[in-house]
Amino acid sequence: MTTQQPIDAHTPAPSEPAALERAVVKHWKAPISYAVITVVAAILMVGLAREGDATLRLATASDFIQLPDAVMPVRATGGVVVLLLAALTALSFWATGTARRLGAWLPIAFGVLFVVGFLVWAGAGAMIPIPGLLFATVGLSVPLIFGAMGGVISERAGVVNIAIEAQLLGGAFTGAVVASATGSTIVGVLAAMVASVLVSMVLAVFAIRYLVEQVIVGVVLNVLVAGLTNFLYSSVLTANPALNSPTRLPRIRIPGLADIPIIGPAMFNQTIIVYAMYLVVPLIAWGLFKTTWGLRLRAIGEHPLAADTVGIRVNPLRFWNVSLAGAIAGLGGAYFTLDSNGAFTREMTAGLGYIALAAVIFGQWHPIKATAAALLFGFASALQQTLGAIGSPVPSEFMLMLPYVITILAVAGFIGQSRPPAASGKAYIKQ
Amino acid sequence: MTAEHSSLELRGITKRFGALTANDHIDLEVRAGEIHCLLGENGAGKSTLMNVLYGLYRADEGEILLDGQVQRFAGPGDAMRAGIGMVHQHFMLIPVFTVAENVLLGHERELGGLSGAKQKVREISQRFGFDIDPDARIEDLPVGVQQRVEIIKALSQDAKVLVFDEPTAVLTPQETDELMAVMQQLRGEGRAIVFITHKLREVRAIADRITVIRLGRVVGEASPQSTSTELASMMVGRPVELTVQKDQPVLTDNQLEVRGLTVLDAIGQKVVNDVSFTVQGGEVLCIAGVQGNGQTELTEAILGLQHRARGAILLNGTDLLGRSVREVLDAGVGFVPEDRKVDGLVGDFSVAENLMLDRYRGEPFSKAGTIDRGARDSFAEEKMGAFDVRAQGIETPVGTLSGGNQQKVVLARELGRPLALFVASQPTRGLDVGSIEFVHSQIIATRDAGIPVIVVSTELDEVVGLADRIAVMYRGGVVGIVPSDTSRDVLGLMMAGERPADHAEGAAA
Repeated sequence: MTTQQPIDAHTPAPSEPAALERAVVKHWKAPISYAVITVVAAILMVGLAREGDATLRLATASDFIQLPDAVMPVRATGGVVVLLLAALTALSFWATGTARRLGAWLPIAFGVLFVVGFLVWAGAGAMIPIPGLLFATVGLSVPLIFGAMGGVISERAGVVNIAIEAQLLGGAFTGAVVASATGSTIVGVLAAMVASVLVSMVLAVFAIRYLVEQVIVGVVLNVLVAGLTNFLYSSVLTANPALNSPTRLPRIRIPGLADIPIIGPAMFNQTIIVYAMYLVVPLIAWGLFKTTWGLRLRAIGEHPLAADTVGIRVNPLRFWNVSLAGAIAGLGGAYFTLDSNGAFTREMTAGLGYIALAAVIFGQWHPIKATAAALLFGFASALQQTLGAIGSPVPSEFMLMLPYVITILAVAGFIGQSRPPAASGKAYIKQ
Repeated sequence: MTAEHSSLELRGITKRFGALTANDHIDLEVRAGEIHCLLGENGAGKSTLMNVLYGLYRADEGEILLDGQVQRFAGPGDAMRAGIGMVHQHFMLIPVFTVAENVLLGHERELGGLSGAKQKVREISQRFGFDIDPDARIEDLPVGVQQRVEIIKALSQDAKVLVFDEPTAVLTPQETDELMAVMQQLRGEGRAIVFITHKLREVRAIADRITVIRLGRVVGEASPQSTSTELASMMVGRPVELTVQKDQPVLTDNQLEVRGLTVLDAIGQKVVNDVSFTVQGGEVLCIAGVQGNGQTELTEAILGLQHRARGAILLNGTDLLGRSVREVLDAGVGFVPEDRKVDGLVGDFSVAENLMLDRYRGEPFSKAGTIDRGARDSFAEEKMGAFDVRAQGIETPVGTLSGGNQQKVVLARELGRPLALFVASQPTRGLDVGSIEFVHSQIIATRDAGIPVIVVSTELDEVVGLADRIAVMYRGGVVGIVPSDTSRDVLGLMMAGERPADHAEGAAA
């Protein structure tokens, strides 16, 4: 426009922000939680302090840079950790009382301190291999992360994905069988993805076309796939062990990166599935928030009618995105049989699909945050395994509960109210 | 304008939902550069017709022509490409997206990505004198600004035909005037405008032509020079009394006093901010204001539905705050919630069951822990007659009734027991004129029985008609309490947050 219209003399005042006056609302949940944990830590690390030193091994024998072992006196470390935890708790009480906001560093610092203190206490008189712990963390997190990515995409598109468990299990089974039959591991990985896509499509058809309650379809699929794989396992695979002996994916060591102290061996001496994960997560994060695909995906999960009124075909788009979510979860399924385990066993996913779903919620439907949540659960599982191996003073049954306790605490307690996509779980019906 | 042909023409549009014919052979023709008003009551079929035009519904019969060409719309995308833009009654905006993202959605390539969309938003904003930040999130914007985003969305596709579906329902009178100015500017640009409304004042102010529809049929064209009474009787199909009949209030000793009431929401915002007022028995206090300025929370606090509330709510000296809803009801508070389908009725329950929904405890409806069906049914028969509820019988599920009959069921229940206070929130929203008259007469009868009455309404006509005094709410606070003969201009300014005293000073200066 070359001629600008004169702006009307009584142009409305600039729009005011819609925010209302605020009262100071003090949430004491966080400081009280910190206080309770600090008391537990004090009982454990000071009251029930153990004698001797704990050795934290920071390098493996093959490392390029050999870091020395860290030898920690148990009683002194416990005392210091409890004091620091108490200080952070006091800080949190002060911040809440004076209505100040502290960043995310406080819960992170608190968590790291507690974990270090706990490790030293549990490892008294023993040696804890930190690289092994981290390696196990990555390994145990991979299926969770793929599952969570599938969950993020599906729920952002407006379809609740309880069926992550079924997608993982179906992928694991199909991957093992196809890789064994064809002799090609890569074909097995692709077959795992296809199987998970099929599971997803069943979910999508019932949820989108037949408007069945999505949670119910998801749960039914989980039970169905578990039953089906159990049946095929006992009737086919046990009779033909050759169908359940896939070649595992080779480990590829990335020169240079794998030599980084502590994290290098855990992250960069992995299989192609793990490297794919390093690509997939940032790719999804970028795609969701920077591309047309992501804009439309989020739109149909937030307000499908609005998307429809600008000419977006909601239900087909939902269908294909739920299918895509299945393909991604399928990679996590393939990881079970073609990477970590090397054969299919009954119900080998053991509820990890549900933990992945928890990671989606804990991660506020954001791919990066969901990955962080999945890593936290992976770490808890790895800790349980490592401490079990070195003979921890805590009964192993309790340690087995750890990842689930963290899941419940994370989803219910520490996190504020997270807001799911507005139309998640609601079918879109056209007149 | 030289163009004499119709920009848009609808021929014999018919749309049926099961047995109901929402549109019955409707013809409508709109020329470029004119504002054509589609006037009709709630439920007359206006929105259905526009959803057919926009490709959201498919017509059972009839055709749509643009510039003389017959169109086939499989979905809104086709309608939009053909040059039809719509400003929806319920905004089609994604609350968590920014303005630019909402404009971009669905037209990513044509607009050239997010930067192109932002440029477009700035360009159109400048043309119409809007002050809109392309990076603002929709949920942070006031409704009036959100509506402008809807207009920008339509214009970004260079719509030749613009449909405004009940656009003024959520606006203050000043915002309404601004919208009219924008519509006139659009008309000046040679666009064809369809303006759907049931508000006679607006029609007479802006329409070039008026088509009136009733019960899904066109009943005729009206001239913009027609009086409100003529338009109203055409719309309703019989002579209509537009003013509420009431006598001077006779005050009684019954009293509700709200003192320093503050209600917080989940994140600590003061949705009701230090509100104080009294209502005497025998008078109606209307609470005016644009939707979402704390009226809902205020009424819910009185009923005991808001937990983060401070202050005092004294009904004849007894504090209701902190009591359970049960105790508040037992204290004699009658309550008409603003969304009758969600909070007022159980849709699958019968009329009889809904009429005794809050009276299941004790006599006369419940004996020894079981419901006395005889008492329930005779009560229902009596109330159905007294409140003129048109239903097949007392066993009819209430969800199948029309809005007006549903509201009569709510009123019959709430007014069917001895009251000490009556609170009605948006009592006539979405009702036809006949039902509105009935609801108004019931409210005035309650007032004349000596009960304090609070009516919350966003419709200024209703407020002025019912009120003995008017309290205007803005952003959680009461801007002022003024007599019912206060001018609309002053009320409009108060609805935008200006105190009446400020205004008086401004007028004196």
